[in-house]
Amino acid sequence: MTEAPTSPPSDGAANTGARVLCLYRQLLLIRRAEERLITMFADGEVPGFIHLSVGQEAVSVGVMSALGAQDTIASTHRGHGHAIAKGLPLDGFFAELLARDEGLCRGRGGSMHVADMSVGMLGANGIVGAGLSIALGSALAHKRLGRKQVAVAFFGDGALAEGLLHECMNMAALWRLPLLFVCENNGWSEFLPSSKQISFALADLARAYGIPHTRIDGNDVVAVADAAADIVGAVRAGGPAVLECMTTRVRGHFEGDAQKYRDPDDLDALGPLDPIRVAALLLAGLGVEDAALKAVADEVESRIEAAVEAARRGHDPDFAAAYADVYSPAEAV
Amino acid sequence: MAEVRYLHAVNRALADALAADPAVVVFGEDVSEAGGSFGATRGLRGRFGEDRVFDTPISEAAIAGAAVGAALSGLRPVFEIMFMDFTTLVMDAMVNQAAKARFMFGGQSSVPLVMRTPHGGGLGAGPQHSQCLEAWFAHVPGLKVVCPSDPSSAYGLLRAAIEDPNPVVVVENKALYAMKGELPDTPEPMTIGRAQTLRTGRDLSFVTYGAAVHTCMAAARDLAAEGIEAEVIDLLSLQPWDFDAVLASVGRTHRLVIVHEAVEAFGPGAEIAARMAQDGFDELDAPIMRVGAPFMPVPFSKALEGAYIPSAAAVVNAARRVLA
Repeated sequence: MTEAPTSPPSDGAANTGARVLCLYRQLLLIRRAEERLITMFADGEVPGFIHLSVGQEAVSVGVMSALGAQDTIASTHRGHGHAIAKGLPLDGFFAELLARDEGLCRGRGGSMHVADMSVGMLGANGIVGAGLSIALGSALAHKRLGRKQVAVAFFGDGALAEGLLHECMNMAALWRLPLLFVCENNGWSEFLPSSKQISFALADLARAYGIPHTRIDGNDVVAVADAAADIVGAVRAGGPAVLECMTTRVRGHFEGDAQKYRDPDDLDALGPLDPIRVAALLLAGLGVEDAALKAVADEVESRIEAAVEAARRGHDPDFAAAYADVYSPAEAV
Repeated sequence: MAEVRYLHAVNRALADALAADPAVVVFGEDVSEAGGSFGATRGLRGRFGEDRVFDTPISEAAIAGAAVGAALSGLRPVFEIMFMDFTTLVMDAMVNQAAKARFMFGGQSSVPLVMRTPHGGGLGAGPQHSQCLEAWFAHVPGLKVVCPSDPSSAYGLLRAAIEDPNPVVVVENKALYAMKGELPDTPEPMTIGRAQTLRTGRDLSFVTYGAAVHTCMAAARDLAAEGIEAEVIDLLSLQPWDFDAVLASVGRTHRLVIVHEAVEAFGPGAEIAARMAQDGFDELDAPIMRVGAPFMPVPFSKALEGAYIPSAAAVVNAARRVLA
């Protein structure tokens, strides 16, 4: 099944109600999908570990609104938002998280490895920062093959401590690759505030490589979409850029993380920053009726319900088929 | 048929692959302007241009990671890691990304990349420029590992690796780069996973690969002078390795000595010995022997290194033990 287009109707930079409502729909789709996962995880229906992007959805939706289906992304362990915003079929997404044979990865990857090559989603990743070099290579392929596509590397502020970031920023700048570095800066490196891990500002690092850096409110989906549209255009024309999105991690490092390391007042203060609330306020200001929001919410709910039900009807993966996929047969490329 | 050096065969394979498929790109440290630190890529930049044969910064992790992303996005990257010792720095890209992408994405993708890297001692290069680490890669499901022993296999296995849809590690013994051997005028890719029998013999089997092939051939000649006929099986490929060829040889000779330059403990020979002890048990008339490097880093001094690398005399001694 094919999802609704991720790009809102282009209407210049004007914040038409229709454009923002389209972004809002994507935000809500990610949020409701993850809320459903929270319940199903608590019920023991979702195996393994999941890392939720609740509070960070505007980064995925805003950046992806500026990309085409042939543009490629490399995601992170916190990749559900990236996957859904890039247009992965919801059925295959939920089926994968439920470890079904019908899953996008046939139940072999799960949450941390959701991928869909057909829409340029080169995979969530269990290794912090690993997607950086995969996106670098994808950008290299776009350039060498004369394609007009861009590659996007998503990474968190925790990955600022990885040496691979240096190697990739250097190479992207040196070779002027069509690579967008998107830092989802949620202030946390697993269980520690990033202030206890990182001694530099990403803006300063980017400056060292001569890569343009833009820092924005990552919880304002319109701000992200506008910035991404400009920056992706520049990246496509030639050369890397860094987009640093200041955002909020609500559910801890992993689902089930009690966040005892975090001041409860700090968590309470996140409410007004909720990207969905921010977008809803903007929609109200644009005169979009509550009924329209309600209709979007109903549509999102029914899509998720259908996907979850389809996933529940799925089957356990076949061991022999999994074993057969350790290597590609000779004719596979 | 012409006589060429091993290094020339590698160069020819790269050139033929670049000419055959526009998706092939060759990159690594000093492979383009300088033509490779050992000269394996000499002349390729001039012939194919710097878009297809290009230098990288000294960034092994990003070189390998970029190869994964490029392979997932339509290129067929062939990258060089200057010494196998430096592959410690590519492990995430090779082990967690390249090896697993096809499997963990449900068969959606292939990762057609090649990592070329030289191993082996004998050049006084010391502990961090001489190691034989192929067993690490052979232990990872999803990777293939080949180790050519002469110019002909250097060409055939590299071409096969580049044509293979899977990530393949091509391990070249740098002490062999200068050796000469026959290469057909129009050489063909070989089949990965197939061993070659270099010498037939009734009395015992040497199973080996890489530079140790030549050590075994020398040992076999010494033994032949005493009337002992050793079979020499050159594995050529370690992952997959040619189980059937080894078992068939053991079936003929009933005595097995496995020889490699890699450290003996937990080396490739351990896997082969275990499989033969299990599946070839009824054929064996003596315990399986292994000859490998001792459990120590590769030393620098010629005197130490000479004692470190398995010699023909050590192979002959092992042969005598299984024949005793």
